[in-house]
Amino acid sequence: MNYLARKISFYVVALWAALTLNFLIPRLLPGNPVEILIQKLAARGPITPELRNSVELLLGDTSNDPILVQYWSYLTGIFSGDFGVSITYYPQPVVEIIAQALPWTIVMIGIGTIIAFLVGITLGMLAGWKRGSWLDNLVPVTTMFQAVPYFWLALILLYVSAVQFKIFPVSGGYSYTGAGPSWDWDFISSAIYYGTLPALTIVISSFGGWLLGMRNMMVSTLSEDYIVTAEAKGLRPTRIMMAYAARNAILPSVAGFAISLGFVVSGSIVTEQVFSYPGVGSTLLQAVNNNDYSLMQGLFLVITLTVLGANLIVDLLYTVIDPRTRARS
Amino acid sequence: MTENMISPADPAAQRETGRPLTGTLAAIRPRFERRRPRWQRMLSGLSPKLAVGLGIIIAIALFGVLGPMLLGNPLSIRDIGRTPPSSEFWLGTTQTGQDIFAQMAHATRGSLFIGVVVGVLAMLLSVIFGVIGSYVGGWLDESFSLFTNVMLVIPALPLIIVISSYVADKSILMLAVILAITSWAASARVLRSVTLSLRSRDYVAAARVTGERQWRIIGVEILPNLVPVLASQFVLAVIFAILGEAGLSYLGLGASGALTWGTMLFQAQNGFALTLGSWWWFVPPGLMIAVLGGALSLVNFAIDEIIDPRLRTASLDKNKKRAARRLRASTKAGVTV
Repeated sequence: MNYLARKISFYVVALWAALTLNFLIPRLLPGNPVEILIQKLAARGPITPELRNSVELLLGDTSNDPILVQYWSYLTGIFSGDFGVSITYYPQPVVEIIAQALPWTIVMIGIGTIIAFLVGITLGMLAGWKRGSWLDNLVPVTTMFQAVPYFWLALILLYVSAVQFKIFPVSGGYSYTGAGPSWDWDFISSAIYYGTLPALTIVISSFGGWLLGMRNMMVSTLSEDYIVTAEAKGLRPTRIMMAYAARNAILPSVAGFAISLGFVVSGSIVTEQVFSYPGVGSTLLQAVNNNDYSLMQGLFLVITLTVLGANLIVDLLYTVIDPRTRARS
Repeated sequence: MTENMISPADPAAQRETGRPLTGTLAAIRPRFERRRPRWQRMLSGLSPKLAVGLGIIIAIALFGVLGPMLLGNPLSIRDIGRTPPSSEFWLGTTQTGQDIFAQMAHATRGSLFIGVVVGVLAMLLSVIFGVIGSYVGGWLDESFSLFTNVMLVIPALPLIIVISSYVADKSILMLAVILAITSWAASARVLRSVTLSLRSRDYVAAARVTGERQWRIIGVEILPNLVPVLASQFVLAVIFAILGEAGLSYLGLGASGALTWGTMLFQAQNGFALTLGSWWWFVPPGLMIAVLGGALSLVNFAIDEIIDPRLRTASLDKNKKRAARRLRASTKAGVTV
């Protein structure tokens, strides 16, 4: 099987596992989420049989259908986009709420992660290239940032730049005094202004990981024979660093993207709560606080799918930057 | 390269002693090097990173173990709400006048407990899925590896949030179990790749040929060689657990009735510490997490350097200097002989 087919089939399995996990969690754990949810929904308005049905499919059937039948209807329900109705935003369907929150998170975390990756890789390359230099000695310091909890760093940044100096806004995703979300410059600039601090939190706390990985790979790569050959050929040092050492040293960082992305996403969920950012993270928290199980399950699924999708894209990129994966197939 | 090569016929040494040195330096040196006491030798064996890291960890652990016994009740309420640090209350008070320093001591105990328990549990799981699978091989390895990789791409915290929202009243132990089952995958993958290279070594093959039982080969031949890797994965698991617990508790999903760094931050948030400027309430818990995390990663660096000596930074220069010093010392000694 070639690399691409193997990767895609892996993500299909991972997708299936996430869907199954989502199906099993409410059924295996104690408590009866269906009744809690139906009661809460009944307080908001009449319960139609369709609504009851979609809640039961998500959270566990009360009508004693065989578990496999439930599983099948759950899967078909998910693929037709039926995630039930939210209590928090009754009577909005869960899908609509997720669709509103998702772009905020994807853009903010996406830009933050890309910046952190570029900064970390560049600094790691330089630190590994000049081993023992001042930059290299700073490596342990930058990895300390990794041990700092994202949300605490967010609290500190918020305290210093928003509460004390009032440079950045305290909370929210855009200025509420202006018009709502639209594609004009006013809205986009206010979104950038409000998103800077959350994104900065992600950059500061995650670039250290990329830096360390890249630095260590750089060090191992520099002892390879082809580096000596390149030096013997009299190539310029920058060319050896970029085209010979860094190009090979970057591969494990890209291949290990999955682990880091999961970590970044987890961190930013809590960070969003600190900034009351209108993304997936704070919506998930609202869902948890209101026992809004359908919204919670839907969000978990969408977050997981997004992470899987991002990893698939990175794996596809990997085939471009590492010719060996193509040659092997 | 020449300056750190110590050859018996070193021209500099000849010049100082006036006659060519005979015999290798290694043979002469031990006679003139004074034996230092045992503890000093142990300390000099530690890399500075390891020493600093361990020092901080021990200090924090002592604070967590002894602090709760010496300091007062962290929950007793006084009528001095939100006072800044003073000589009486070293870290000030909360909005209900609770002593934050006493709270820190109890929270340190709680967070360290979570960290260690999760570290041990995650270690066990990762050994089961990483070592045993890859040693046995075949379909077991395939399925364990697939399971590990799937667990790895599913983001942990959303999963933890969903699971813990279904479990209403969590004990601190329950929380540790939830954190452990969502955090073993990364180290299982590392252990798997190391085990794969170990099981093809000659001594493992020899053990197999002599008919040793499988559990004995895993326990006696493979696991001891995994110790440095296990140690570094344990350290990572502890960092993850403390960060994860802090995040979860900050969101209000932590263990009920427990006092940890995360629950302190949760209370600070709910007490509007941020907007009212009570920095002494929300800075210390996070700082402790950061310092402990930093110390743990220092230990991890040191372990990594033991596994892969190429990663050492300053040691190259230091070795050269040490070699030069030894050369000088031994040649001087050579004159008196």
